[in-house]
This record gives sequence, C-alpha cells and structure tokens, in this order.
Amino acid sequence: MATDNETVGGAVGNGAEVEAFDPMHQFQINRLIPVDFFGIDASFTNSSLFMVVAVVLISGFNIFSMSGRALVPGRMQSVAELSYEFVANMVRTNVGSAGQKFFPFIFSLFMFVLVLNLIGMIPYTFTVTSHIIVTFALAIVIFIGVTMVGVIKHGFGFLKFFVPSGVPAALLPLLVVIEVISYLTRPISLSVRLFANMMAGHTMLKVFASFVVGLGILGGWAPLAFMVAFTGLELMIAFLQAYVFAILTCIYLNESIHLH
Amino acid sequence: MPQLDFSTFAPQIVWLVITFVALYFLMSKVALPRISVVLENRRDRIASDLDEAQRLRAETEEVIQVYEAELAEARAKAHGIAAETREKLNAEIAVEQASVDEKIDARMAEAEAKITAMKDQAMGEVNAAAADTAEAIIRALVGGRPAKAEVAKAVAAVRSN
Repeated sequence: MATDNETVGGAVGNGAEVEAFDPMHQFQINRLIPVDFFGIDASFTNSSLFMVVAVVLISGFNIFSMSGRALVPGRMQSVAELSYEFVANMVRTNVGSAGQKFFPFIFSLFMFVLVLNLIGMIPYTFTVTSHIIVTFALAIVIFIGVTMVGVIKHGFGFLKFFVPSGVPAALLPLLVVIEVISYLTRPISLSVRLFANMMAGHTMLKVFASFVVGLGILGGWAPLAFMVAFTGLELMIAFLQAYVFAILTCIYLNESIHLH
Repeated sequence: MPQLDFSTFAPQIVWLVITFVALYFLMSKVALPRISVVLENRRDRIASDLDEAQRLRAETEEVIQVYEAELAEARAKAHGIAAETREKLNAEIAVEQASVDEKIDARMAEAEAKITAMKDQAMGEVNAAAADTAEAIIRALVGGRPAKAEVAKAVAAVRSN
C-alpha cells in the first residue's frame, strides 16, 4: 500500500493526465514513511506531515512570540494574546467559570483546526481536516469527553438531560427518544460539518482551477476571477469552521456541566 | 473518494492522537501559562498604576484645598488690615478737620470782631464828618456858631431815620 499513487490512475500511461483533472486527487493519502507499529499501520503520511507542521507552527507561534513577555506587546505577541483572549472569552461566555479547566483543550482544538484549515489554503499542501476520519475522531473524543464530564458531575442525574422540563407526560416518551437521537448524532453533525465544508471548498477550487487551464489565455480569466473571490471566501470559511467547531464544543460542555 | 479508503484511517488516527496530545501538552504546560502570566502582570500593573494615579490625585486635591484655605485666610487678613488702616486714617482725618475747623472759626470770629470795630470807627468818623459838615453848612446858611452837641444830636437823629 506504499504505492497508493499508482493505484489511483489505473493504467500507468494516462495516470498523470487523470490525476491532473481529478478534483479528488488532492485528498489522496500518501505514505511518506511506512511504519508498522505492532500490527497497526502508523505510517507517516502527508496528512501526518501537516499535522506535525501545524503543531510546530502553533507551538512556535505561541511560545516564541511570548518569549519577550513584554509589558507592551509587539505585533506577534499581540496576536498570540488576542488568540488567547478570543478563546478565553468564548469559554467564559459559553461555559462560565466552570469551563476554565477545559480552556487549554478548547484552545488547542481551536488552534489545531484553524491552522490545519488555513494551511490547506496554500497550494500543494494537504488539508488534514478534509478527511472525515480526522474530524470524526476529534468529534468522538469531544462527545465521549463531554458525556463523561456530565456523568461525573451529575451521576444518574445526567439522565435528566434527556427529559425536557415542562412538557405533558404523554409526549415524554417521544421527546426522550428525539433527545437521545439528537444527542447521539452530535459527533456526526460536528464532524461532517467541518469535513464537508473543507472538502467541498477545495474540490470547487480545483474544479475552477482546471477551468482556468482548460479555457486557456482567452477564456480563463472569468474562472480565475471567480477563484480569487472564492479563495477569500474559503479563508473565511477556514476560520468560521474552526470557530464553529470550538464554540459547539463549548456549548456541549456547558450543557453537560449545567444540564439544560 | 480518498476519504473512504479505510486503509488510511489507522495512520491518520494514530498521528492525530500523537500530534494533538503533543499540542495539548505544549499549550497547557508551556504556552498558555506564559500568556496568562503576561496578561495577569499587565492587568496588575494597570490596576496599580490606576491606584497610584488615584492616590496622587487625592494628594493633589488635598494640597489644593490647603492652598485655597491659606489664600482665603491671607485675603481675610488683608481685608482686616485695609479696614483697620482706613478707620485709623478716617479718625485722624476727623481730628485734623476738627482742629482746622476750630482754627478757622477762631480766625473768622477775630476777623468779624475787627470788621465790626472798623465799621464802628468808620461810622463814628462819618458821624463826626457829618456833624462838621452840618456845622459848616449851618454857619454858612444861618451864621453864628451852633452848639456842637446839638449838631451832633441832630445828625444822629437824621441818620437814625
């Protein structure tokens, strides 16, 4: 499986041509360093590479920009402080003081998703968050973590979460079922929202980029202009989806700490 | 769709766990405490600066109050001195005026007495002149020599009419 690239194009002869215009090819996972860890495929892939790049960027940015610890911040320190205050405010307004324990997690989550989304906007890079398994893994960790917080804090009282207050008893069985289903679908909606946004945006960019090449010097300007505008929109979506991901995590956390 | 290639799930999850756990520890143990310390220091510094400013302002206000009180006192004292001086001067002026008035009165009385005396003397001389003239006229008109006392009496009677 180390030669995934060749399996996509089929026949080796027209493989390159197919790859060039296949909008999904950018999501291909390539094993850069195959690793087998006690039977688990732990290969270092292009996805892993950009995860590492993101961690290095975030840590480097947040640690080295603060190395001066200046009273009056410089540019980089201001940005680091701004991101800190931004997430701290998000946690404070959505979860309250009980959420301070989870601030490092929300901060890491927000920065991780944001930087992965933004790195994906650079040509020839790989968008880690465009893979459902990555977003779903994050979402399921959040889901399990939030549920555990609720159970530890309220014990069996956490089951009241699924019983809406102030409704007729006759409607309760139906509503409890609806509540349980909506609770269980949270990790799916959370992960699919991010994954689908990233995948759709990048596929669209690729399709329009191929139009630019296909229409040539005469007709290629229109899709090129569209791409410029759409790149701006995609940058906004990259930020917005990271924000939505983090704020929904805060809201779920708040609900399991304070119930309804 | 490469996203549904299950063979890539394991390496992605493995590296997601490795990188995210690393990021979490770097953030929670290194980066965030640093930022929060800096922010806290700044908040403390701003609060202490504000306190200091407050204290200085209170001090300034106190000094201003003391200054104003002293100024008011000085003004009151100045007023007092001015009033006292004015009173003293007024009293002196009154005394001087009284003495001057007295002197003027005395002089005036003296002058009046002199004038009266002069007038009497002049009148007396006029009477004598009138008596002489009358005697001369009588002598010229009637002849003889009238008694001086009688002429004087007649002149006095005419003059007093």
